[in-house]
Amino acid sequence: MFKIIQKTIAAGIVTTNYPDKPAQLSEHFRGRPSFAFEKWTDARPAAEVCPTGAISLCDEGDSRRVTVDYGLCVFCGLCAEASANQAVRISQEFELASAHRCNLILTAEYSLSTDGTHRELRGVHQRLADHEPDTERVGQRAREKIQKVLNRSLAIREVDAGSCNGCELEIVALNNPVYDLERFGIQFVASPRHADLLLVTGPVTRNMELALVKTYQAMPEPRLVVAVGACGISGGIFGKNYASLGGVGNVVPVDVYIPGCPPRPQALLHGILLAVGRLGERLYGDGKRAAAHRNFAKK
Amino acid sequence: MRQPPTPFFETLQQRFGAQIQSIFAEREEEIYILAADPDIRALVDCLRKEFKARLVTVFAEDRRSVEGVFFNYYVLEAKGDPRYLLVRAPIHPDNPAFPSLSAELPAVNWQEREIQDWFGLKAVGHPNPRRVALHDNWPDIHPLRKDFPLETVLSPFEGERHIYRPALGEGVFQVPVGPVHAGIIEPGHFNFAVAGEPILYLQLRMFYTHKGTEKLFERLPIPKAVFLAESISGDSSFSHGTAFCQAIERAAQMEVPLRALIMRTILLELERVCNHVTDIGAIATDVGFVVANAHASRLKEMMVTLNEQLTGNRLLRGMVCVGGVRRGWDAAQLVSLRDEIDTFTSEFEDLVALVESSESTRDRLEQTGVLRPEKAKDLGIVGVAGRASGMDLDVRRDHPYAAYGRYSFRVPVYQVGDVSHRMQVRIDEVNESLRILRMAADESLHGKFCAEGPPIPPDRCALSAVEGWRGEILHWIRTGPNNHLERCKIKDPSLNNWPALVEAVQGNIIADFPVINKSFNLSYSGTDR
Repeated sequence: MFKIIQKTIAAGIVTTNYPDKPAQLSEHFRGRPSFAFEKWTDARPAAEVCPTGAISLCDEGDSRRVTVDYGLCVFCGLCAEASANQAVRISQEFELASAHRCNLILTAEYSLSTDGTHRELRGVHQRLADHEPDTERVGQRAREKIQKVLNRSLAIREVDAGSCNGCELEIVALNNPVYDLERFGIQFVASPRHADLLLVTGPVTRNMELALVKTYQAMPEPRLVVAVGACGISGGIFGKNYASLGGVGNVVPVDVYIPGCPPRPQALLHGILLAVGRLGERLYGDGKRAAAHRNFAKK
Repeated sequence: MRQPPTPFFETLQQRFGAQIQSIFAEREEEIYILAADPDIRALVDCLRKEFKARLVTVFAEDRRSVEGVFFNYYVLEAKGDPRYLLVRAPIHPDNPAFPSLSAELPAVNWQEREIQDWFGLKAVGHPNPRRVALHDNWPDIHPLRKDFPLETVLSPFEGERHIYRPALGEGVFQVPVGPVHAGIIEPGHFNFAVAGEPILYLQLRMFYTHKGTEKLFERLPIPKAVFLAESISGDSSFSHGTAFCQAIERAAQMEVPLRALIMRTILLELERVCNHVTDIGAIATDVGFVVANAHASRLKEMMVTLNEQLTGNRLLRGMVCVGGVRRGWDAAQLVSLRDEIDTFTSEFEDLVALVESSESTRDRLEQTGVLRPEKAKDLGIVGVAGRASGMDLDVRRDHPYAAYGRYSFRVPVYQVGDVSHRMQVRIDEVNESLRILRMAADESLHGKFCAEGPPIPPDRCALSAVEGWRGEILHWIRTGPNNHLERCKIKDPSLNNWPALVEAVQGNIIADFPVINKSFNLSYSGTDR
């Protein structure tokens, strides 16, 4: 017993102060690829090497639409290596969670030269609207919500609907002394009947579809669903095939999407807090998503 | 490289005559024995008994469009021989069947049924020929046949209709668990037959996370397929990635620079250390010693932070590539590697002392979940679980790859086979890994870190093995035109080891199941693919 106490004191407090303070990241960490569209003279090499098709092109006559989907991105960094002029740079941004699938998608329109390189940037469509860089505020708001609506505790049920287990490793890490999810009053529970939030990793396999739906239906209202990782959002590298149905959104309504492969624990925390912030909308809201959840229950 | 066969193979050829078409060495350590018909029972038997070979894996390939037949491959290895033997047997589409070896070799039970499900080749004489890889109410499809399109849309799944074997008797109950479990783990179904607390019999149902991975490998260009290999089993990203890249490098006869080989060795050992320390903590948690887990997960966090410093990703993803590794390390990275290894070494000593100091923990772990060496041998158990039950196997030593030939290390083997010894194997292996890491980190890492390879030639086969932290990982590939693959077979150690769990839980109380399961810590995704 003495040894245990001695070791505990010697180890000290190791819990991070994220999200009150910015996360401490290694300088080599690969976060969101950021695009300097006006400097990007050719998107083809990046699209060519992208393993999941997160960068895709649509050429029509002398114009090209480039689509970047962070919901497919595995943050490998190949696009940056393949593009000249530092037009694509790997940033350290990881707080990419969003309540809208379309907010994870950027598009840029170019006119083309005869050799297929970009002549002129015609426009960029970038939503990323609820992508809040101010995580401190997200954290604060979530705490208030947990205090008010949930009686100081949020219960999460995790379902692996077919992932490679990478996301699970990072979700488990949320429980370690460093990230210590319980300091927010958030805990993982064993039964969906006790859960407020369903954290799902994907892709959803054909064999897991029913188990996922049943777990979702076993939860009391108002329920939140968070899709984790590239596979959970879009099917990722697996996509859709005879055995995989793709992203979680193809099976149950999703409230928040957390990009990453896998998302690091802070990114998961950010996404979960963002989802909690949206609880009010789910409770009292009349929006499309609230309706989707309601209608699903009726099915 | 085609070498003349050694005297042993000449004898083999004489004895089996026309049954063996030819024997050749695709490369020095990969010998193909081409059989004339599907019945290879006598041949495999001879190799096992006279060559003392172990059957490693069985898999199939659809070559109907090119050679008019399916092939079954039986991979064998002999103790102390760095060569792998691959017996290839043709199976004619008019009679899509092959004789099953499972009755005698339970190690290939699931693997033969996988061939039945995926290729529609019948394993004749299989003791339990029911479906395994495609659940019972899937339509009658064989997805790994070449004429089955990957994107086929099937009718919605109506739930598992598997009929479990009944367990009858007074006071006998069946307890179904899963596929969604109480903890944050992967999905699978366990059906326990219990009489009071002790478990009489456990039936497993896997393949819930089957996502068409092997078929998908035939679709992706090779550089992209590396990322798919990293997603076979999340905790073994680097091992699977390396196994895959090694196979391609062998097929393309690519010389990987020494610097890359040493870096791969370092990263493979970091992956082992990370996972072993997590498991030690998890085993402690499952018997209620949560303080030890808090320290273990703190140590794991330390290592994944180092992973990120070295590769940009906490799970070591996006680092390995065909030809070597994608980036070199600068001086600062090497300094943090050495520093972290030192800090970790002393912290790990403390952790082990802490776990060993708790008598109640020891009491729960000793004689729990015993897998006897005879059983381990029969079932063909590999890796950590195998070594705790007398299976003296380690790919790093038996078939050296990366830079393992440069370092000497001990392979811990015990005969007891209980949870405590599976943990002990992990503790010993972490210590050995730390020694390898120190030796490797002191090497001078100069020169190229990635070979510029010529284009990858089509129609080359290659086998590659890596000792992942869990055990023996095998990738077998056949290259196709335009930088694509014709076939990629993946064998995760979990596929061999699940039957060991069934054996080890018998007679234990159901409350000990979590810790027994954790002491094996098998990958569901690696099994299901």
